[in-house]
Amino acid sequence: MNRNAAKRSTLITTGALASLSLALLTGCSAGGASSSSEDGDITLTLTDTLSETSAPVYQEVYDACAAEVGVTVEATHVAGSALIAKVLQQASSRTLPDVLMLDNPDVQQIAASGALSPLSDYGITGEGFPQGIIDAGSYEGDLYGIAPVVNSLGLIYNVDALAEAGVEVPETWDELRAAAAALTTDGRYGLALSAANSFEGTWQFLPFMWSNGGNEDDLTSPEVAEALAFLNDMVQDGSVSSSVVGWSQNDVNDQFIAGNAAMMVNGPWNLPKLTAAEGLNFDVVQIPVPTAGDTSIAPLGGETFTVPQTGDEAKMQAAGEFVKCLTEDEHQITMANGRGAVPAGESAGETIAADNALLAPFVGIVADARARTAILGEEWPEAATQIYTAEQLALTGRATPAEAFEQAAG
Amino acid sequence: MSTVLEARTGSPVRASRPRPRGGVRRETFAQWLFLAPAIVYVVVFFGYPVVKNLVMSFQEYTTKTFFTGEAPWVGLANYVEVVQSTFFGITVGNTLMFTLGSIVGQFVIGLLFALFFRKRFPLSGMLRSLLLLPWLLPVIASTSVWKWILDQDGGVLNQALGLVGIGPVPWLTSPDVALIAVVLVNVWLGIPFNVALLYGGLQNIPDELYEAGALDGATGWKAFWHITWPSLRPVVTVTLVLGVIYTLKVLDIILGLTGGGPANSTQTLATDSYFRSFREFDFGAGAAVSNILILFSLVFAVIYLRVNRKQVDE
Repeated sequence: MNRNAAKRSTLITTGALASLSLALLTGCSAGGASSSSEDGDITLTLTDTLSETSAPVYQEVYDACAAEVGVTVEATHVAGSALIAKVLQQASSRTLPDVLMLDNPDVQQIAASGALSPLSDYGITGEGFPQGIIDAGSYEGDLYGIAPVVNSLGLIYNVDALAEAGVEVPETWDELRAAAAALTTDGRYGLALSAANSFEGTWQFLPFMWSNGGNEDDLTSPEVAEALAFLNDMVQDGSVSSSVVGWSQNDVNDQFIAGNAAMMVNGPWNLPKLTAAEGLNFDVVQIPVPTAGDTSIAPLGGETFTVPQTGDEAKMQAAGEFVKCLTEDEHQITMANGRGAVPAGESAGETIAADNALLAPFVGIVADARARTAILGEEWPEAATQIYTAEQLALTGRATPAEAFEQAAG
Repeated sequence: MSTVLEARTGSPVRASRPRPRGGVRRETFAQWLFLAPAIVYVVVFFGYPVVKNLVMSFQEYTTKTFFTGEAPWVGLANYVEVVQSTFFGITVGNTLMFTLGSIVGQFVIGLLFALFFRKRFPLSGMLRSLLLLPWLLPVIASTSVWKWILDQDGGVLNQALGLVGIGPVPWLTSPDVALIAVVLVNVWLGIPFNVALLYGGLQNIPDELYEAGALDGATGWKAFWHITWPSLRPVVTVTLVLGVIYTLKVLDIILGLTGGGPANSTQTLATDSYFRSFREFDFGAGAAVSNILILFSLVFAVIYLRVNRKQVDE
């Protein structure tokens, strides 16, 4: 028995060690990258959702501002669609970055959770920024996110195609419908837009809904139904492809560049790609309004910078200064030109409008643009889901435009 | 290390005495220690998520919860909301149609391929490995390609159909055919799984059975029906049940192709759960939908376990 007992004891110990190391392994995962900032050298972590093409442009600005504030900034890029899941995980494990980029409709959601600090703590008031941009970054009266550059939607048209068909640039819905019909030929639709089963579809529906006086807090109103009926009519006319229910905005842009559409609803972020397309002669105007004299109200897009509650006062202060620096006019202009966007501040907007003819129309559009969360706040995602659901129901013929919103609300 | 030494030096002394009660306890303790890693693994990676998901579905669990940790108990409210929504019936119907269509398509085509490759012919090995191709591609990549193929206006499929006079089919843009299109892509994706399993099953049927059968006049269709099918049945059951479980939870293919549209015609329980959680940030309702989905899977998991046990018993 001696040998057996000894053997068993050894085994017991090995087993115990194995379980212990497992426990250690699982226990260790919580530790990580929280370095203290007492020694004066502050390193700020930053999470953004930039693509490969716009990251270098922003990096230039990050470097300039890091130098100005006297900190080091480590930027991490995350895919836009994965950001919220990551932010929520970081919020629950208290590992939020020092500076966080958030798409403006998400700011209120995250601010409501208490994860962000008010920017007024760092002397950022949003002065000189249009009201729409302030609304987008505010929650219950406090500013939590500030966007150095913003975007919106306009009507982008193929100049040659319009000239060939002898069509004037449309300014009202009637003109748009007529122009789209006149521009439709074999193999080319008059107009392309995104009516996808996603928030992109919602976003592209808003200029029609808002310009017609419809609002997201009353989706069953006749104004909202009329806007949907207008788009539906153009699909019925055959001047808008019925495939729009599956098109993302990227798809829309590809269709336009390929010559499959003479006009499209899209935003300034496409400008670099459009300008690069050979032989494409295009221009931008605001989205047509229901009747002449109405104001065209487009949705306001753009990513804001926020300062999360990390608990490290010194770092939060530095992060605040860093974000303030990002919103300086010269940096707004660098970012705007680099990725196809409009400077958020009025004075920088005027500067860019003067020397970038393609961005100039968007500067005007942004001035009247409205934030998606301005009315409903954190309830916005629910309304946004109803909007794209209703649009899909109507454009696929599953419901009339008037019924569609009733059904989608259920 | 010290315990090892102690145990070694201590054992001869203890050996002379009757075995103490502590020894038994120590032995039980040791047994548990060996089980511990497996138990810890199962509890942490399977038990916790399932229980958490169940609890979540009874809570108002939103973005706030992640920061404050507060999730008010709402009882069955999430389930009521989910079941009463206009599209719940459509969603469940889509889930069942999607699963049934995919399984029938995958299985029948998979079985035909498996039977075909049973015969050895030049290049058969290479062709068989080519069949695994859909498995090797990232799903997101292959769905993007399928999206081009199925495009109504410029897609290759419609151009080919146009040559034989079939007008453009609105594969992904009409609520009437979108589900069929999604099922087609999922069938394509699931064929390798079915071929691999069924081909393996066919290899295990001894040739003697066919030789003996041939002497008795069982060839061709008769041989399949009286020899192949009965011998293959255990493999068939496993293939079907696993296929159903995998198909019920398919998310990426639908997200990539249609995003649940047009007009909810390809919305399944899996996509609905995903949208509720990650678009509307209503994690409670999202968890409720996924629990309903788990319930469906559970039925088939039980069938799978029963069939497996029966096989072991035999």
